[in-house]
Amino acid sequence: MEELIATLKKQIVEQLNLQHIKPEDIGDDQPLFVEGLGLDSIDALELIVLLQQHYGIKLANPSDGPAIFHSVRTFAEYILAHRTK
Amino acid sequence: MQVFVAGKGVITAIGNNVAENLQSFYEGRSGISDITILRTNYAGKLPAGEIKFSNAALAAMAGLEGTVSRTGLFSMIAAREALQDAQIPEPGKWRIGFLSANTVGGMDITENIFKAFHEDHTKADLSEVEQHDTGAITDIVAAQLGIKDFVTTISTACSSSANSIMLGARLIKNNLLDIALAGGTDALSRFTLNGFNSLMILDDKPCTPYNETRKGLNLGEGAGYIVLVSERVAKTLPKKVMASLSGYANANDAFHQTASSPEGKGNYLAMTGALAMTGLRHEAIGYINVHGTGTNNNDLSESIAMERIFGIAPPKFSSTKTFTGHTLGACGGVEAVYSLLAMEHQIIPPHLRWTAQMKEVPFKPVTELMTGVEINHAMSNSFGFGGNCSSLIFSKVN
Amino acid sequence: MTKAPSITSYTALRNNKIVSDGLVVCKKSEVSASDFLLHAYEALELNYPKFYKMDHLSKAGFLAAEVLLREKGWSEKYRPEEIGIVFSCANSSLDTDLRYAETVADIPSPALFVYTLPNILIGEITIRNRVKGESACFVFDTFDASFQTGYINTLFGSGRVKACISGWADFYEDKAEAFFYLAELIDNKTNPIHDSNNTSKIYSELWKN
Repeated sequence: MEELIATLKKQIVEQLNLQHIKPEDIGDDQPLFVEGLGLDSIDALELIVLLQQHYGIKLANPSDGPAIFHSVRTFAEYILAHRTK
Repeated sequence: MQVFVAGKGVITAIGNNVAENLQSFYEGRSGISDITILRTNYAGKLPAGEIKFSNAALAAMAGLEGTVSRTGLFSMIAAREALQDAQIPEPGKWRIGFLSANTVGGMDITENIFKAFHEDHTKADLSEVEQHDTGAITDIVAAQLGIKDFVTTISTACSSSANSIMLGARLIKNNLLDIALAGGTDALSRFTLNGFNSLMILDDKPCTPYNETRKGLNLGEGAGYIVLVSERVAKTLPKKVMASLSGYANANDAFHQTASSPEGKGNYLAMTGALAMTGLRHEAIGYINVHGTGTNNNDLSESIAMERIFGIAPPKFSSTKTFTGHTLGACGGVEAVYSLLAMEHQIIPPHLRWTAQMKEVPFKPVTELMTGVEINHAMSNSFGFGGNCSSLIFSKVN
Repeated sequence: MTKAPSITSYTALRNNKIVSDGLVVCKKSEVSASDFLLHAYEALELNYPKFYKMDHLSKAGFLAAEVLLREKGWSEKYRPEEIGIVFSCANSSLDTDLRYAETVADIPSPALFVYTLPNILIGEITIRNRVKGESACFVFDTFDASFQTGYINTLFGSGRVKACISGWADFYEDKAEAFFYLAELIDNKTNPIHDSNNTSKIYSELWKN
């Protein structure tokens, strides 16, 4: 879990071009959207691409995104439960 | 100074010309279907308003030889129809402009050679990429129609062809042109299909705009043009001019690259700007051809802006994208033609597949074809990525 | 005195250098154009992290517009809907189109796809500067001063705008270019009148460097 969280932070920063943020500065439970990292709807779609690219998870319904991508921890939990690669 | 509409032409998934499109409204016949012409993995999975003719059949219809992008073929077919419909007695006498919009250019051709070229740079015939850019499509059609005085291409996403109609009107008002053939064209391509799919705003069933349960849009393809003329030209026409372009406005939503602001600020500014230009009260509008794509975001923003302008009982409205799909750069031209048809034939084109009331607003679109409806002023909305929002108002000429 | 459209400020980004109203505000040679755009963002201390997500065309145009508009207090002078923006380019979004097309074979990138339209640059500038007036985007082989000034002066004449951001931006094959100026309807005493001659003079002066 801890390892996945650290990897995920790096992947989020890279996928979303968050060049102003160091992966280690993202809190495990910090909200990623709006009030947290300030991500928007396009970022959410890129995170769906990340899920598919790195973990073989295909998200069919974008409205599932907010719950899964709430924080790095919820993101990691979802991956652990659903990953195919 | 008034700018009159002398002719119109259209090709979409519901017909190759104005008469066929009108007939589809009477029959309630939607053009949304499984993809069979475009080569894509999404055939059978994502429906679209695809025009069911091969490029060869379209080329024969357009009278164009050699390899021409579908974008150009649609443009030629609809632009020529509009010009013929206008019946201008001595076109050579006047300054004529061709203002055509599109967003994909010759992408359909480019992507067919892209893979081969990518694998081996010596293998592909690059002469066909000459049609790739949006302007090339306009030039091909202008040359074929013999229009030389002014030719330009506008590309502002989904409001593109509404903007080319606005520019045409301005050039006439400023006495730079006498006649403007204005509108736009776009063909389906894997580029846009995959792109919109990556944004997760495509419905995998025929789209249901303005429904609480809407899931997204269907892409479409086609072209629509109108012929705008000055008062001087209008006087020489053999038939009675039916309508004028009485109002138009463009505004920027300044909210997000692709999403509309929740309160539809840009939509509001475009609609009120066009109304202000006509000097009409909002009650005078008899029909609105809404942008109505079927995405959660568009329909909410547009309807909130409509409520702010028109109150809880707005004019009769419908989204003809339920017939054609979203034709992107062409939709402003296509739907200008439909707004004119509504006025001319006293009909409200029905809004198909409406079943579920949106909870944010108290009104709903016209879901059955209405006939015998006196419409003196019709509004057509086109809102695009980049926050680009345009509204046009056409008025009946008595 | 009657108000006339006048050029009140201008900025150019070219050859890894940004010049504004005659002064060099940022310069860094011996890096690629795309690296220069990142360097300029940091050097200008813009603190707008969305910048990193923009495509190259938007970055180039955005930086020029930032330098043009900052610290001028112009946005307090006008309501958002009184300010227009008209811009043109040669290569449209081709740089991004290619990068997006590369992703289609694997998983199409939504973040790249949204930049496959040149007018997204207008969106970026209007969002940042709260501009809500009329906007337009044209494609020409080179900057066409006569068309652009004519178009904008028509907008002024129609009463639609009181100020207009006008510009040219292009990015292709690691070559970045942007030229933005501000035209305002003012009681003019000292500023050049907004016409084709003055605009092309300023443009060609900047392009000499």
